[in-house]
Amino acid sequence: MRSPSLRALSIATAVAFCVSLSLVFFYAPIEAEEGFLQKIFYLHVPLAIVSLSGFVIGGLMAIAHLRTRDQRWDLRSYVVIHMSLIFGAAVLITGSIWARASWGHWWVWNEPTLVSFLIIFLLYATYQPLRFAIEDPERQARYASVFAITAGAFVPLNFMAVRLSASYVHPRVLGSSSNLPGPMMLTFFVSLGAMALLFATLCCYELAAKRTRILLKARSRILGFQ
Amino acid sequence: MISLAGILPTSVASTLPNSNSGYVAAAYIVFLAIVLIYVAIMAIRLGRVERKVRELSAREREKDRETV
Repeated sequence: MRSPSLRALSIATAVAFCVSLSLVFFYAPIEAEEGFLQKIFYLHVPLAIVSLSGFVIGGLMAIAHLRTRDQRWDLRSYVVIHMSLIFGAAVLITGSIWARASWGHWWVWNEPTLVSFLIIFLLYATYQPLRFAIEDPERQARYASVFAITAGAFVPLNFMAVRLSASYVHPRVLGSSSNLPGPMMLTFFVSLGAMALLFATLCCYELAAKRTRILLKARSRILGFQ
Repeated sequence: MISLAGILPTSVASTLPNSNSGYVAAAYIVFLAIVLIYVAIMAIRLGRVERKVRELSAREREKDRETV
């Protein structure tokens, strides 16, 4: 990505976050049951959606890599999964803070939504050790792609299994049981958009940094400095 | 219970429900901290790349001088 578009993306992200936070704290009404605590919802849920979507997108990029054998797709898949993992850690922390305030416990082991997200997070936590345990770059990319596709397919399956689960106490935001009023819905979607923009911006920065390092290594090799 | 007293102006803090506002602040601060740590790591890495580029350019210039 060229730097002007990266700059534009960064500015768009900053503006979106300012708008999102303004809506969260000055526009969205205080929820009747949860009170002010519900404001975590505008952070935690978009983080979770963007993180899970990132895992699936990483899998789709891995498919593109295996189909085309283009290393750029592998790099993109790696960066997207790496970023999703960071966002996933934020989901677990913000979720725990919410659970402590709402349920009185930092973690509830019999809640399917929490445990399933933790399983996905731990599954992807093995991605990097697996990847860097293989020295040959081509094999490394191929194995990582196979992992990304398999794990990426597991994410929606896991999500559906949790949705079908009968007993849960975790609140549902989007779906047939959701009855969010207009201002809350608007705030939620703006927060989701801002979070998606942040994810895209950080991925683009990471990709640009990785490409620069690769180019630098190649240049050093050509000049015989390594 | 975490309290926002002292962090927010009294006029703002008094409008918030007493319970749980600290947890909301904690969640947003944690998120901000994660993003900032990530950006700091990126900045360190960028510094390293810049140093390597400078080294490479210096060595290239040296090599050019030697060939001339």
